[in-house]
Amino acid sequence: MTQTAADSPARRQRAQIKERTLRTDQWWRYPLVTFIIFTAFLVYATWAIFDMDYFVSPYHAPFASPCLATSCPEEARLFGLAPFGDWYTWPPGILILGLPAGFRFTCYYYRKAYYRGFWLSPPACAVGEPHRKYTGESRFPLILQNVHRYFFYAAIVIGLILAYDAVLALVHKPGGLGTWILIANAILINLYTLSCHSCRHITAGRLTHFSRHPVRYKAWTVVSKLNAKHQELALVSMFSVMGADLYVRLVAKGIISFPFA
Amino acid sequence: MSYKAKFRVWRGEGGEGRLEDFTVEVNEGEVVLDIIHRLQATQAPDLAVRWNCKAGKCGSCSMEINGKPRLGCMTRMSTFTEDETITVTPMRTFPVIKDLVTDVSFNYTKAREIPSFTPPADVKPGEYRMQQIDVERSQEFRKCIECFMCNNVCHVIRDHEENKPGFAGPRFLMRIAELDMHPYDVVDRKDSAQEEHGLGYCNITKCCTEVCPEHIKITDNALIPMKERVVDRKYDPLVWLGNKIFKRSGPKS
Repeated sequence: MTQTAADSPARRQRAQIKERTLRTDQWWRYPLVTFIIFTAFLVYATWAIFDMDYFVSPYHAPFASPCLATSCPEEARLFGLAPFGDWYTWPPGILILGLPAGFRFTCYYYRKAYYRGFWLSPPACAVGEPHRKYTGESRFPLILQNVHRYFFYAAIVIGLILAYDAVLALVHKPGGLGTWILIANAILINLYTLSCHSCRHITAGRLTHFSRHPVRYKAWTVVSKLNAKHQELALVSMFSVMGADLYVRLVAKGIISFPFA
Repeated sequence: MSYKAKFRVWRGEGGEGRLEDFTVEVNEGEVVLDIIHRLQATQAPDLAVRWNCKAGKCGSCSMEINGKPRLGCMTRMSTFTEDETITVTPMRTFPVIKDLVTDVSFNYTKAREIPSFTPPADVKPGEYRMQQIDVERSQEFRKCIECFMCNNVCHVIRDHEENKPGFAGPRFLMRIAELDMHPYDVVDRKDSAQEEHGLGYCNITKCCTEVCPEHIKITDNALIPMKERVVDRKYDPLVWLGNKIFKRSGPKS
């Protein structure tokens, strides 16, 4: 069987093989699992944004932290402050979730995952993509992925706020299961944030003479070690933030009500 | 212990061709390249395959085995089951010369387009003094054996022939990163990486890293750091402002 199919003379010089891929392994599992997990996360996040049971003293659901308006319970406000005052009455998640969401959306790991799982560009290595044209991140809108480092700066702040929430829970309810869930989540979120490629670049990756900047070089080596686990941290912290958020909401709704909850 | 394996090998010239079926003896400890050689010796004397060192160091025997870019000499037959049909094709991204041999001159053209290492004019050969920590990052990239499987698997050109003129591929974007990180290289490569060599096409799906037989972290250690350097230069107003305020005129620090 002679196989011929081509779109250009140059392309015709390549081996004309009709099959999109000759891979025999389960290459479709990664994009499929990615699609399912990320879709589940998006569905949960959408629900959580509009759910108003985000605080039960001393627990603050991560998807609604920080609270910055007077419509939030007084204990839930960051440092007791409400810079957005009375006019903002929507759920607090709408106000701030864009920052961590933007951080994850532009994250180098997530880009790989959703380009494969959602955009099929490509679905897997050596598997033909369905698109006729490709310009990648060289043009609008994907050139905006270069804003990642600014989301990283915001994620540092959000990570510190989640750590502060966990410390407050520890102070007021050290034996609570929710406290330890929030602490674990804060640690994972901050590790994920610090393992970011932009963080690696900012510490010292942009330099060409490490030897002239020993402190920055040391920071770079630490971040580089974390960076090697960036994918794992991205996924684990995604599950931890979803789990911690759900747990607090279930306690707030009274669905979880055992004594050390 | 020997057994008879089923092979399908792509045969043809200049793109036109077909998959031919073979049944061939396999012995313990053999690799796919051994089997291709046995086919040449016993059933298909005109089967073309490029090879040299048989040790995974020359980068000659790049091919696609069951659809995955692999070195024929480093793919053990023991990784397949005895009843599995093994399909061997040439690299799909490059023109076929004959059978499993492709014309990889695209890569040589791209290599020539990158300005070579350029030390400062006042530093002569023999006067270079570098600390190990300043060069070890680039040394990882020197492990490259130029098998071109990263460029072969990269969907930017594998699926889009029209992108070839404007995209150097992971192999040569890594070369740009290597030189840009070099403490004695004075050429500013950030603008050209983006504008001439197509770094923006890379959507970091890491296939280059997955197929690299030398296990170079091409994406994490070369392409993404280079993308971040390009952001410094072209897309980050804070860095631009910092350069103005602190009068950081030199491209490298």
